[in-house]
Amino acid sequence: MMLRTLVFAFFIGSTAAFPVMAEEAALLAADPVAEKRLQELSTELRCLVCQNQTIADSNAELAQDLRKEIRGMIKEGKSNPEIIDFMVVRYGDFVLYRPPVKGITLLLWGGPVGLMLLGLYILLRYLRRRATRIAADQPLSADEASRAEALLKEINIK
Amino acid sequence: MNRYFWILGAFAALVALLAIGLNLNPRDVPSPLVGKPAPAFNLAILSTPEKTLGPKDMQGKVWLLNVWASWCVSCRQEHPVLVEFSKKVNVPLLGLNYKEVRGDGGFDMSKMPADEEKKLAFQRADQWLKQHGNPYTLTVMDLDGRVGIDYGVYGVPETYVIDKAGVIRMKHTGPITRDVLGQKIMPLLAELNK
Repeated sequence: MMLRTLVFAFFIGSTAAFPVMAEEAALLAADPVAEKRLQELSTELRCLVCQNQTIADSNAELAQDLRKEIRGMIKEGKSNPEIIDFMVVRYGDFVLYRPPVKGITLLLWGGPVGLMLLGLYILLRYLRRRATRIAADQPLSADEASRAEALLKEINIK
Repeated sequence: MNRYFWILGAFAALVALLAIGLNLNPRDVPSPLVGKPAPAFNLAILSTPEKTLGPKDMQGKVWLLNVWASWCVSCRQEHPVLVEFSKKVNVPLLGLNYKEVRGDGGFDMSKMPADEEKKLAFQRADQWLKQHGNPYTLTVMDLDGRVGIDYGVYGVPETYVIDKAGVIRMKHTGPITRDVLGQKIMPLLAELNK
């Protein structure tokens, strides 16, 4: 009984220590549909404070503020593209985890494909050259064949 | 021989690319706001809380907007540079105090009423400026960081140069050093004030 009270007290204490999480959990319970949309949107957006995390993953102040902002916009009935656009206008394309295809990101998107094509080209060229080299190889003449035979025999005797 | 030359060349190119990449500042994210009108706001002034100020009040002037907070450690680093600037240069320098209380991290905001937060924020900002010197023509208070979001603030301190037409001409993220001031900001101010 004593233990149970202690465990209970611990849980109460730990939720009080993370008021933000508690608040977000309560909001999730209140409106699961909106929270699901928030979740989807915020996994597409980069947190600029801890740059390799999404707004969904990050617990940085700014990420919390932006989640709140998105929540507000969902409540106002804004569409997903509108919300994404809101972020891009303020923080630039860098806020998007999937950068848009345009002039400046061409190398980013095309680079891997380009490298693969280059690799394929080098491979094909090498194979073709090897094939012609093999084809160009003359079979041994009778004289050469008998010399080779003699050499092999010599080795075998040793 | 020729083949080794190629491999060495490719390796050197890779090293060069990595060297450039490692020397870039990952925080230096280009702001989409440069070249766009400064987002509007209307915030209470630190010294006269009953009055508000916004970018439209600065129309016709070249001015600087510096985002700061008393809890921001890097702001302390750039502060002497700003104080020196304000003494030497006749360009309005507006302070945007960003989330003075709730950005601190030391307060449980769910338990703090709005008026108490406001009182505390003004008090803390005022005290900090008294202690470290006040380079700002005026400081406005962005208690909840909503204006900060409009300005794409993600790491205090940040500084914006805004021209006579109210267009943002430059954004600097991170503390202003004497180099940044002398080599980037001052020439731009001179050009804009021509």
